[in-house]
Amino acid sequence: MDMKRSLTSARIQELIGENLLRLVSFATVLPVLAIIVYIVIKGAPAISWEFLTSMPRDGMREGGILPAIVGTFYLTLGTAVFSVPLGIAAAIYIAEYAPDNFWTRLIRIAIINLAGIPSVVYGLFGLGLFVLFLRFGTSILAASLTLSIMTLPVIISTAEEALRSVPQAFRTVSIGLGATRWQTVWRIVLPQALPGIVTGVILGLERAAGETAPILFTGAAFFLPRLPQSPLDATMALPYHIFVISTQVPGMPVKIQYGTVLVLLVFVLGMNLIATLIRQRARARRMW
Amino acid sequence: MDKIVIENFSIRYSDGVESLRNISLSIPANAVTVLFGPAGGGKSTLLRAINRLNDLADVKETSGRILFNGQNILDPKVDVVELRRKIGMVFSRPVVLPMSIYQNVSYPLELMGEKRKSRLDEAVEKALKRAVLWDEVYDRLHDPATAISGGQQQRLCLARVFALEPEVIMLDEPTSALDPVSTARIEGLMHEIKEEFTIVWVPHNVQQAARMADYAAFFLQGELIEYAEGKKLFVNPKDQRTSDYVTGRFG
Repeated sequence: MDMKRSLTSARIQELIGENLLRLVSFATVLPVLAIIVYIVIKGAPAISWEFLTSMPRDGMREGGILPAIVGTFYLTLGTAVFSVPLGIAAAIYIAEYAPDNFWTRLIRIAIINLAGIPSVVYGLFGLGLFVLFLRFGTSILAASLTLSIMTLPVIISTAEEALRSVPQAFRTVSIGLGATRWQTVWRIVLPQALPGIVTGVILGLERAAGETAPILFTGAAFFLPRLPQSPLDATMALPYHIFVISTQVPGMPVKIQYGTVLVLLVFVLGMNLIATLIRQRARARRMW
Repeated sequence: MDKIVIENFSIRYSDGVESLRNISLSIPANAVTVLFGPAGGGKSTLLRAINRLNDLADVKETSGRILFNGQNILDPKVDVVELRRKIGMVFSRPVVLPMSIYQNVSYPLELMGEKRKSRLDEAVEKALKRAVLWDEVYDRLHDPATAISGGQQQRLCLARVFALEPEVIMLDEPTSALDPVSTARIEGLMHEIKEEFTIVWVPHNVQQAARMADYAAFFLQGELIEYAEGKKLFVNPKDQRTSDYVTGRFG
């Protein structure tokens, strides 16, 4: 009798628990879905060939957003040029070479804390160091460098994680066969860790592409009548452009605002998709 | 002739878990020398000292000498890469590298800078034949090495070592993860080739130790208790502890 009752109450608890967790899990999907659907519905009518490939006209109320698209592309590329080699090199050092001592622990803590700094602080830092002190001016170069510093911790920590997930036995065997540490990293560890590293790189760059605050003082222009010609030119960029046309331009058609947001969203989610595809392909080909 | 001479060798790891105390031991060429005893006795530690794989571990201190062809390999100036090419090692779990069967064997040669396809082809075939694996894999050399069975993988690990044409082959419980048939194949193989190499074998049980040993060394808790010809040690052990272990009274 007693046993029967406790069993049923446990069953009820289990039932409630499982369904509650299921509900909460599905609930997290809702906001993402809602945002995407809402923006696609509101923004899709603005999308046209002209919108994507022409300059803004009439105080940005008409025409296209080409300079912002190109600018965001340049900034992402510039960020990649600086942060990817540096981040991967740092990760290789930390994961494969560095001894576990006070100094390397300090480096690790620094990287973790770097990831937690608000993006506007990076913006001000970039203004001080790159724009003013190094005299790069408000430019693609200064903005890319600022975004790189912000992106580095993401790349380093994901790349380090990817390197560490390669089984230790591979390293022992390789060294045992007369490989140097570098040969082992280059021929065995790095190829195995590559999908994880690429995923981290893309996630980091994706964040850089969507950020406004770090480029606000370092490279973003309110409006430019022509495309940037050199890395020392300022540039328009999608996130800042969205801020501008949403708050700074009176009489702005809502359609264009949502259209611009949609383009940025596709840009960033597209990168996400590439990362996912790479991961899946690598998982299917993995030999261990 | 003694290939490896260990003199008063001691080692201690930083975590203090496993260590060796004052080991002196001469390993003769062209024979199988078996290092056996209960787990934690320091057998693997000794193997990893001989090819300096211990460099990768957190070693607190070492003392004594290990002479290989008369040269002290604990000398910091020794070229460890060259040393590891002369002293090949096979581990207890077959660890194939994440590449094809062919590449697993050609890898150590490519590390040495060999790029010529014909030379690599030749060496791979020779090494696989040596490890008695060629007939089973010649038509799928470019399949992933993980596609073959555990016993085949362990012979692939052997082939990889053969490709280096080493002087010494060390095997650390090479058959502990294998079925009896695969175990017998590896034991038979090593029997056949022992005339050409110096083989140091850590078996995973006493029966295998007795089967394989030309010479046998019994290790207990970091000390070398007894070292003799296999026939003598297993039939007529001098030390009571060796006798107890060999007859299965503990371990």
